[in-house]
Amino acid sequence: METIVEVNGLERTFGQNRAVDGMTFHVKQGEVFGLLGPNGAGKTTTVRLLNGILPPSGGTARVFGLDPATDGQHVRQQTGVLTESPALYERLSARENLEFFGTLAGIPENTLGQRVLDILKFFGLQERVDDKVETYSKGMKQRLALARALVHEPPLLFLDEPTSGLDPEAAQQVNELIAGLGQRNGQTIILATHNLLDAQRLCDRVAILNKGRILAMGSLTELARKLWPVTWVDITFWAAPSESAVGAVKAQRGVMQVTGQDEAWQVQVESEEVIPQIVQTLAGQGASILKVNPRDYTLEDIYFALQAGEK
Amino acid sequence: MNWRSVWAIAKKDLKEVRQNKAAWGPGIAVPLIFAILMPLLFIILPQVIPVEDVERELGDIDVMLRSMPPAMQALFEGRSLEQMFVLYMAGFTLAPLFLIMPLMFSTVIGSDSFVGERERKTMEALLYAPTSDIELFLGKVLAAVIPAIGLSWLTYLMYIIVVNVASYPLFGEIWFPLPTWYPLMLWVTPALAVLGISATVLISSRVRTFMEAYQMSASLVILVLGLVIGQVTGVLFLGIGTAMAIGTVIWLVDIALIYVSVKNFKRSALVAKL
Repeated sequence: METIVEVNGLERTFGQNRAVDGMTFHVKQGEVFGLLGPNGAGKTTTVRLLNGILPPSGGTARVFGLDPATDGQHVRQQTGVLTESPALYERLSARENLEFFGTLAGIPENTLGQRVLDILKFFGLQERVDDKVETYSKGMKQRLALARALVHEPPLLFLDEPTSGLDPEAAQQVNELIAGLGQRNGQTIILATHNLLDAQRLCDRVAILNKGRILAMGSLTELARKLWPVTWVDITFWAAPSESAVGAVKAQRGVMQVTGQDEAWQVQVESEEVIPQIVQTLAGQGASILKVNPRDYTLEDIYFALQAGEK
Repeated sequence: MNWRSVWAIAKKDLKEVRQNKAAWGPGIAVPLIFAILMPLLFIILPQVIPVEDVERELGDIDVMLRSMPPAMQALFEGRSLEQMFVLYMAGFTLAPLFLIMPLMFSTVIGSDSFVGERERKTMEALLYAPTSDIELFLGKVLAAVIPAIGLSWLTYLMYIIVVNVASYPLFGEIWFPLPTWYPLMLWVTPALAVLGISATVLISSRVRTFMEAYQMSASLVILVLGLVIGQVTGVLFLGIGTAMAIGTVIWLVDIALIYVSVKNFKRSALVAKL
């Protein structure tokens, strides 16, 4: 897959504050890449730098091979941005909003009207095309803002806190739409969020940020492996296994320790590959296994472990 | 330069300003007062009040006439008392007041366009659009200048019609506009519209709300009031030469202000104020 975003040692300072402090990351075509961090971590500033609406203080960025600082207009022709607040013209209708941004994006006059109607239909707003945006619910406004970011079919989409301030139902709708985008158009998405669940659900890879720096980067599995090189397995039995079964498991290669007692064991192993052998050994010892559960780390576990490490 | 984008921005801003009552309220009220109410008052008054009262008023006008340039004095020659009163009030005294309009319209619309966009939190999405800084600037300037000039000219047209119709029984001819009004309408009015918007652009980077920008820009009206006082007191008469000279000075100031505005109108500066 082609790399479409390349960021090397990117910096941006505002006075004494280093909003972006030496970030380096690459994003490949078709990827959903998350910029994950608390408020003030540098997510929005990074989005602004990559779209050329803010020049960097140091480092380099390339988007589709172009430098956003000097060629921002051409970069923005190929990107769509969903800003943190919907930033819609509330006194205008949905149709007027999209036709305006579609015109700025260079959609030809003869196809603009139909394109706008199609995208409003895709986002379920076809019944309200000529209503003023100020009469829309928060969820509808967010869908319209997403439609605005997509009206010119950009190959790269930036989503800045897309579910911020939405109720759970509206947030789920927006998330489903975002999840569908990558599958539908093969779009590359950079998702800036502090919502761990959204990031876990949507992102292929994430960069976890704090105070403008990347603390860690990778897929969920990669990050978990980096933080916790060993794996815990929870094993539940129908009845407590024999002492010999405990000994056999402890003696097995790749098993680091066995804790717990009676029907509930916690076994620390070097890797998940050892787990089938443990199950085989226990079965051979006549143990009645009810459940074997390799412990999964959520993005939340990873995130808080990293942020705690920072403190 | 992508003119389609420039026009799209201008059209969008105009659509938005139409929905802002604080912006278009004065845009309707002031032309109605200037173009209809005031001329009617000055034209009907000498036709209904006793001749001696008009004469008393004209005592002052007589002094004024003597201080006028000869070409302007010629306009009064052979006129009746009532005609002279109407000619003086409708043709001279009100003239500089009309110059408030292009300034007012362009500052109101400009404030809504430049500061209102930031106040309503719509600026960020616009900055992410694939337009250049100059296209964005021009779109917003045109959104203010075109209607400011258009509305001013419309008000002049209304004034011309009202003055001629209302004074026809007195004059028996179409006598207005006087020659001095042409440079005011065609040279000074566009210059003031551009002055209003360029001052608003500069002010907009220092204020947070539409009303703040509007009030600060509107202080430019003091310049025009200076002309009104000059005309009424007889210190300055807006003849053709004076009007052309004033217009030229304003255009020169416009060029300087636009140059500074364009240099300062950068996405990076705008985004820093979000």
